[in-house]
Amino acid sequence: MTSTTGVLLGRLMRNITRSPDTIITVAITPIMMLLLFVYVFGGAIETGSSSYVNYLLPGILLITIASGVAYTSLRLFNDVKGGLMARFLTMPIKRSAILWAHVLTSLVSNSIAVAVVILAALLMGFRSNAGILEWLAVAGILGLFMLAVTWVAIIPGLTASSMEGATAYSYPLIFLPFVSSAFVPTETMPTAVRIFADNQPVTSIVNSIRVLLYDETVGNDIWVALAWCIAIMVFAYFIAVNVFKRQAR
Amino acid sequence: MKKIAIGVEGLKKSFKTNRVLVDVDFDVQNGEIFALLGSNGSGKTTIVNILSTLMKPDGGKIEVCSFDVLLQPDQVRQNISLTGQFSAIDGILTGRENLIMIAKLRRISNPAQTADKLLAKFSLADAANRRAEKYSGGMKRRLDIAMSLIGSPAVIFLDEPTTGLDPESRLEVWRTIKELAGGGATILLTTQHLEEAEQLADRIAILHDGKIITTGTLTELKKMFPPAKVEFVEKQPTLEEIFLAIIRKKEEL
Ligand SMILES: Nc1ncnc2c1ncn2[C@@H]1O[C@H](COP(=O)(O)OP(=O)(O)O)[C@@H](O)[C@H]1O
Ligand SMILES: [Mg+2]
Repeated sequence: MTSTTGVLLGRLMRNITRSPDTIITVAITPIMMLLLFVYVFGGAIETGSSSYVNYLLPGILLITIASGVAYTSLRLFNDVKGGLMARFLTMPIKRSAILWAHVLTSLVSNSIAVAVVILAALLMGFRSNAGILEWLAVAGILGLFMLAVTWVAIIPGLTASSMEGATAYSYPLIFLPFVSSAFVPTETMPTAVRIFADNQPVTSIVNSIRVLLYDETVGNDIWVALAWCIAIMVFAYFIAVNVFKRQAR
Repeated sequence: MKKIAIGVEGLKKSFKTNRVLVDVDFDVQNGEIFALLGSNGSGKTTIVNILSTLMKPDGGKIEVCSFDVLLQPDQVRQNISLTGQFSAIDGILTGRENLIMIAKLRRISNPAQTADKLLAKFSLADAANRRAEKYSGGMKRRLDIAMSLIGSPAVIFLDEPTTGLDPESRLEVWRTIKELAGGGATILLTTQHLEEAEQLADRIAILHDGKIITTGTLTELKKMFPPAKVEFVEKQPTLEEIFLAIIRKKEEL
């Protein structure tokens, strides 16, 4: 690719393939969680689902993405602090390409991490009777979620004054699935927690992926999930672009 | 015919209550190496940021290659390149890849050839295929400057090009900058050291308390300096002593 975005994307992807630990780190924690929950806690958790790894996988994939986008913040932060951002901004190139290269890099690297986690789940007994259309729909929802949280990740990447600050936001993001239907059905939770769990984005996203993967009855979840993803994406996009415009004059 | 490459008139910039640039005026001629000399925190980087379209001025008429930095930033960017205070290189990429990346972004027709030429010119050919993060400080700086030359920009900004380098690397970078002279480009460099300005620049402007307190060639400026003191060795006056002497001279007039 010779377009500006292509050149910048190529550079960032090269950064990732030369330090593959970033993808491995992103994939390893969710895989450990899968192992822990399936083989240690799984017997004690009643989900009404035939296989706990099946039940768990959608939430684990969201955790994978949430921890993956922290690296997007980090890469952007390093560009700003290291001066490469200033170099790019003073060159006669399309400015939007600078951010989009980071966004596309996030989509590619997170997709790889998600694929690795799904492979690991298959080895642990994950099975789905979803057809190609359902899988495409799952990919679409995961892609939309990636885009949404990536644009969220751009904001601290641009504004943080320290490396820790650039990634701190990702901890609550990773924590959110724990207070959702990702690990246990929300019916088992105390009322206050349950109200929160039922109405936060992760629950609807996890539920709709389950619907698609395991042939469960289709409810409202998919529309709620789409609405959440799009709302977060649009909101974060406008803030990020505004911050960028202000920083880049 | 001499034409003005950089024109700064009445430049003002404050950060909240911190009035960094009070009223800055200076011109840089085409093809000239111009040094902006000032102590740490005097506002050199702020001036470079404003000239290179990274930051908006609060006031003043500022032109680069006859384009207004506020109104025509795109045209300004077509004509400049910035070598910031810290080496802006991708450490994971090799030196060669860094150069090729910039050449592609600037849409040069043969990026690889351009990169190899620059690597040879900046004595980086042996290290071409090593990751840039493994380079010494001087090599990083040379790569950084080489990246700024791609596309032959008319105006090159070098913000404190030797700060943080050991004496040997500093000499290397000086040699590099001297070689750029006569290449046709206009160079504005900033420095905290009189010696560096003396080594590299055709003309020097001294920035102090938000204003340019004097501009001229070294010989012109030296007339205003306090005499070198004779101690055990002859010691050049410090920047602070120069400021004081110049301000005192001006008050006498
Ligand atoms: N982005 C900024 N926000 C707030 N203050 C700034 C900013 N950039 C520079 N300053 C302040 O402006 C003054 C001049 O800084 P600078 O231009 O970096 O000086 P120099 O490059 O000569 O060392 C300093 O007091 C610095 O703290
Ligand atoms: Mg500075």
